Amino acid sequence: MLTRLIGFILLLLSGCAQLPLRGTGDLGLVIERAAGRVAIVESSSNRILGRVDGLGDLSHASVVFSRDGRYAYVFGRDGGLSKIDLLRQRIERRIMQAGNSIGGAISQDGRLIVAQNYEPGGIKAFDAETLELVADVPATWGSAGQRSKVVGLADLPGQRFAYALFDAGEIRITDLSNPQQPTTQIFAAGRQPYDGLVTPDGRYYLAGLFGEDGVALLDLWQTEQGSRKILADYGRGSERLPVFKMPHLRGWAVAGRNAYLPAVGRHEVLVVDTATWQEVARIPVKGQPVFVIARPDGRQVWVNFAVPDNGWVQVIDTLSSRVATTLQPGKAVLHMEFTPRGEAVWLSARDDNKVSVFDTRNLSRTATLDAEAPSGIFFTARAARIGF
Amino acid sequence: MRGSSLLTLLMLMPAPVVHADDRAALVRLVRQDCGSCHGMTLKGGLGTPLTPQALREKPVESMAATILYGRAGTPMPAWKSMLSEADAEWIAGRLQEGFPEESR
Repeated sequence: MLTRLIGFILLLLSGCAQLPLRGTGDLGLVIERAAGRVAIVESSSNRILGRVDGLGDLSHASVVFSRDGRYAYVFGRDGGLSKIDLLRQRIERRIMQAGNSIGGAISQDGRLIVAQNYEPGGIKAFDAETLELVADVPATWGSAGQRSKVVGLADLPGQRFAYALFDAGEIRITDLSNPQQPTTQIFAAGRQPYDGLVTPDGRYYLAGLFGEDGVALLDLWQTEQGSRKILADYGRGSERLPVFKMPHLRGWAVAGRNAYLPAVGRHEVLVVDTATWQEVARIPVKGQPVFVIARPDGRQVWVNFAVPDNGWVQVIDTLSSRVATTLQPGKAVLHMEFTPRGEAVWLSARDDNKVSVFDTRNLSRTATLDAEAPSGIFFTARAARIGF
Repeated sequence: MRGSSLLTLLMLMPAPVVHADDRAALVRLVRQDCGSCHGMTLKGGLGTPLTPQALREKPVESMAATILYGRAGTPMPAWKSMLSEADAEWIAGRLQEGFPEESR
């Protein structure tokens, strides 16, 4: 019996050994959202290594990576949470954790995966290894005990997570250092926070407001000071345009000492100095910004737009605070992701069924990959960044 | 097959007049762009669910008005710069009976 077991184990091991040795630092995922599938990609040679399907409803899917860069955790709109082995190109584990979900985060130590949910509103923490539920923190608010949709979840140093409550107009910080007994701090934020970000140093949490002009800012080193509003009234005196797609915020907004933030309902990128949190510039752009993403060295900021301007991408020169180049990379550009050191950017063009790779120095297209209605692109370098 | 049965269904509809090419574009717009907030399956997200169950009681005209003029106090924008009244009514009617899938 024992020898048979050992034989079986040896067989398994030899099966493992057939997998070629390689790292994962240049790997990533492209969401093929309508197909419920992801493509595993490699940015050194600009190619698709394989595909993994059976991931459910991937509208607004997002991904975090294990700290060793081997596993991707994919959060689906339908509440699916899937752990994908990038090397074996297969689903390792998969659970349905909510009715309607919007994304997630990974803890500082890599042991907890936290999902942010619309329905039921709140956050849930899972063991990163097994995906077993370890904490459930409902976003309950108001006298009637209703639950708010949660947006803008970001990992913070110290096993904490910041997030915003769309319906309640709050920022919350939940400390999961003891997942059996989560503790939560509550801060007033403003009307309808739509997304949030933590600065790359982990010090500030910003929640963009939809229901009013401005951004709620919380100094995480001095939370006793509470949240305050910056960029208040940036739209004063002019009528707000209809917003056809919610902008997205993340730590990529910070380039050098400035943060580049989408102006909700106007064709502008707002520039704010992160030392003083004063507005320093407004950059007119082609449409309503959705993603405003700094190249890792901060020399450029790339912007894509909501319909009907989603065929355009603009590149801001951060030295002159002006749009330097306007590109038409494809139809319905949904997302952009830089390679870890920024020599290239990958763009998904949903309606062209293409992912394009651009050289960020000369702004020429260097590769095109076929993907079915691609949306999000996520590289494993995110594994090492606070707030990703 | 699905396409032809859908077409038959559409031809049985009285007003609004929306041409076949436009229908495909409208289906795409609803699934993809409305889907940004309402979910590609239209089961809801930041926006409310747009399933037949959720919309059964709603008059088509008021749904079309919401599409064209938005809803104050919520992120629902006015789509009148991109959609005609006939488009909006067509979308509202289809949402109520179960919105068509995109042909892939």
